[in-house]
Amino acid sequence: MKVVVNFDLCESNAVCMGIAPEVFEVRDDDFLYILNEDPGPELHDKVRESAERCPKQAITLEES
Amino acid sequence: MPEAGHHPGGELRRIAIVGASLAGVHAAQTLRRREFDGEIVLVGDEPDTPYDRPPLSKGFLAGSTDEDRLLLRPTADPDALDLDRRLGRRAIALAHDTTTGASAVSLDDGAVVEADGLVVATGARLRTLPATDGVAGVFGLRTLADARSLRAALDEGPDRVVVVGFGFIGAEVAATVRERGIDVTIVEAADQPLARVLDPDSGAAIAAVHRDHGVDVRLGATVESFDTADGRLAGVQLSDGSRIEASVAVVGIGVIPNTEWLTGTSLTVDNGLVLDESTLAAPGVVGAGDVARWPNQGVGGALVRIEQWDNAVEMGGVAADRLLSWAAGVDGEPYAPIPWFWSDQYDRKYQLAGLSGPEYEVVQGGLDEERFVVLYRTAQGAPCGVLCGNRPRQAIVARQLLAAGAGLDEFHDRLS
Repeated sequence: MKVVVNFDLCESNAVCMGIAPEVFEVRDDDFLYILNEDPGPELHDKVRESAERCPKQAITLEES
Repeated sequence: MPEAGHHPGGELRRIAIVGASLAGVHAAQTLRRREFDGEIVLVGDEPDTPYDRPPLSKGFLAGSTDEDRLLLRPTADPDALDLDRRLGRRAIALAHDTTTGASAVSLDDGAVVEADGLVVATGARLRTLPATDGVAGVFGLRTLADARSLRAALDEGPDRVVVVGFGFIGAEVAATVRERGIDVTIVEAADQPLARVLDPDSGAAIAAVHRDHGVDVRLGATVESFDTADGRLAGVQLSDGSRIEASVAVVGIGVIPNTEWLTGTSLTVDNGLVLDESTLAAPGVVGAGDVARWPNQGVGGALVRIEQWDNAVEMGGVAADRLLSWAAGVDGEPYAPIPWFWSDQYDRKYQLAGLSGPEYEVVQGGLDEERFVVLYRTAQGAPCGVLCGNRPRQAIVARQLLAAGAGLDEFHDRLS
């Protein structure tokens, strides 16, 4: 699974960080950082939930 | 409280989801993800392909977000999720068999949708002012159709827009309209803005931001009359004797849950469809989203409706799962989310995790600054909510602390 964030859409609501802190981090500069672009299977459910609950629908998952 | 309780289970061949917005769409997506291979009928009273509402008061109204960007992803493709879509159709009545859990939903085109399981996700509609009936130039903002009409009116370049109601929707509309270069007056009946949701000081701070952007904020004032000329709005007469010339008004004074179609059933309707703590309303019936009211242990077990985006997404999925577990004869688990929402106004992003409370303190920044964090406590002193201004990271941390039942010291450590 590859995690892609459309940074033109992202507004750093940080919902993704709340669900999958192993993959997403909003830092004190208010920008979102992807910590792991290719998360392992144990994180897939969390990453999918992050994508679904992103208020800007800015996260896309490329399932391999 | 509904006594839906334990049930021997039953086969779900067809599920009706009534309400085709966020909660309903996510219920459908969850059912398919769980490999439910029966029929799903998705009923929605708006003709448009299911779309996302938050941009309606922001990017869409500003003109920077096009309609095709509003579509909800799970249903954007017409064939997605293999749904029998009945869009532009309103549910007008329900017959429900409390023994089997079966439902029959009557639609306004005369069709009857029979189903073994029902998801009630009919949302809410705008509260309106009787005095505005039939007055051209007075708008509400809930649906895409509302937003199209309001955007078209703004495109005509009115000199001033009056926003009635300083809630979050009113505040967002005011900010977007102001950023389009149009003068704005906000009229609010209460003595403080956002009084239903925030403390007086935070409300005043947000009002100050609007005033800094040139918005005319009138608190403690109500509209006496909407004056017309040639059938169009010409001005608004206020209770304090003043008059505001304006050709456009936007009324944002709250919503009413859409439950009329449930009248005459054994379902409990009281300011929403009342559910048990697992989202079950009755055998074979679950609820989700703005229409749902349930004892939420995430806020101390009070019966609440949560009119929030994130809740609609999560609760749609939870309700779908609960319908499946009901059918399997399995007891449900409490759905106990910590409320959370965001509101974008100008360059500010406000987020509230949990609920406000009678005691509050600023734990980071200041209310007159761009960035701040306010911690709310109950009368007993327990942390119950956190308001963040341009501090999204802290809002999510606060939500997790609330969910974990953390003590005051930990909130101070993590948020200051």
